[in-house]
Amino acid sequence: MRRLLLLLPLILTLSSCDEMTHQPRYQAAGRGRLFPDGKAMQAPPEGTVAQDDPARAAALDERPPMTLDLLKRGRQRYDIYCSPCHDVAGAGRGPVVARGFPAPPSLDDPRLVRAPSRYFVEVITQGHGVMYDHADRVTPTDRWAIAAYIRALQRSRSTPVDELNAADRAHLSGGTP
Amino acid sequence: MPQIFTASADTWLRAGVLLVGLGVLVTGVLWDGAIGSSAITAVGWVRDQPVPFSHKHHVGDLGIDCRYCHTTVETGPHAGFPATHTCMTCHSQLWTGAAALAPVRDSLATGTPIAWQRVARLPDYVQFNHSIHVARGVPCVTCHGRVDQMPLMMRAQPFQMRWCLDCHRDPDPHLRPPDQVTRMDWSTWDREGHADYGPHQAALFGIKPERMTDCALCHR
Repeated sequence: MRRLLLLLPLILTLSSCDEMTHQPRYQAAGRGRLFPDGKAMQAPPEGTVAQDDPARAAALDERPPMTLDLLKRGRQRYDIYCSPCHDVAGAGRGPVVARGFPAPPSLDDPRLVRAPSRYFVEVITQGHGVMYDHADRVTPTDRWAIAAYIRALQRSRSTPVDELNAADRAHLSGGTP
Repeated sequence: MPQIFTASADTWLRAGVLLVGLGVLVTGVLWDGAIGSSAITAVGWVRDQPVPFSHKHHVGDLGIDCRYCHTTVETGPHAGFPATHTCMTCHSQLWTGAAALAPVRDSLATGTPIAWQRVARLPDYVQFNHSIHVARGVPCVTCHGRVDQMPLMMRAQPFQMRWCLDCHRDPDPHLRPPDQVTRMDWSTWDREGHADYGPHQAALFGIKPERMTDCALCHR
């Protein structure tokens, strides 16, 4: 019996080996047994307003001034979130469309050229037709940035080659800019 | 007074010391091999998932950016797990009758999350933040491997402290242009031609290797 007692510290140490690695706490996107739906990440109760909600609403309301940085951000976000369907040029022939997703209209469609920038922001926010909303993926400011970049894409598809300067023409024909 | 030690005691002692020494050495070598083995690190092991999601198809074949689904990787500690809503953005129209996707459709209909099994996991006593690594130009592929070539997701690196430290002690060669962090193939990155790039970026961002091994940086 005394010998067994001597082993006790060892047994206790062994049993605690894993406790620091798997601490009794909730992981992001993990299980939360305390809640009826079993999710650690709970949706805020209905009617609550997050601290940054007014700022988000304000960002959605007002179009930010057009800058080169906004366009660059728009290009990056467009390539991430829009190009799978709309393709990088905006023609609506992205890789997901090639797999059978209904083709969206080309972004230089006259209807979309005439549409105000707010229209694109609203489509990203609410979705349109078979397009799901992307509000959970694209922040309000980024929606405006994408709308700005869509203008650049439209411009790029309707500008005659003759109007480009020599450097841009060389770039277009495969030379270095 | 009788002799305490027999004539052979000295030999036994030497043999014993030698044996213990050898034992420590062999255990050390075995232990070192064991903790680095894939049985412990789970490198290359595929876990059963509710849906056989293929990163190879979505990233490699379709070229969808990592951030399309992992939306908080640039802004928060966690890369972010896509909601079923994200899956259904395409799969409301594509493979709508596929049996493999039934759990995804059920999840959307019932609001119950899909119980994905986590592949890349750090111990709870480590705090890791994706956003700072992404902002400083540590590409996804550095830790997660060529996911564009993985039909089923597996761990690509041993997520052990010595592996973290390899980079934290000498970050320069691991830095890449932050606007290309989601790029998978860096085989065309000319290491010699970019020899100055890492030190330059480290200076620009104020990355100091001597502070990068502070215990409290990750253990707090």
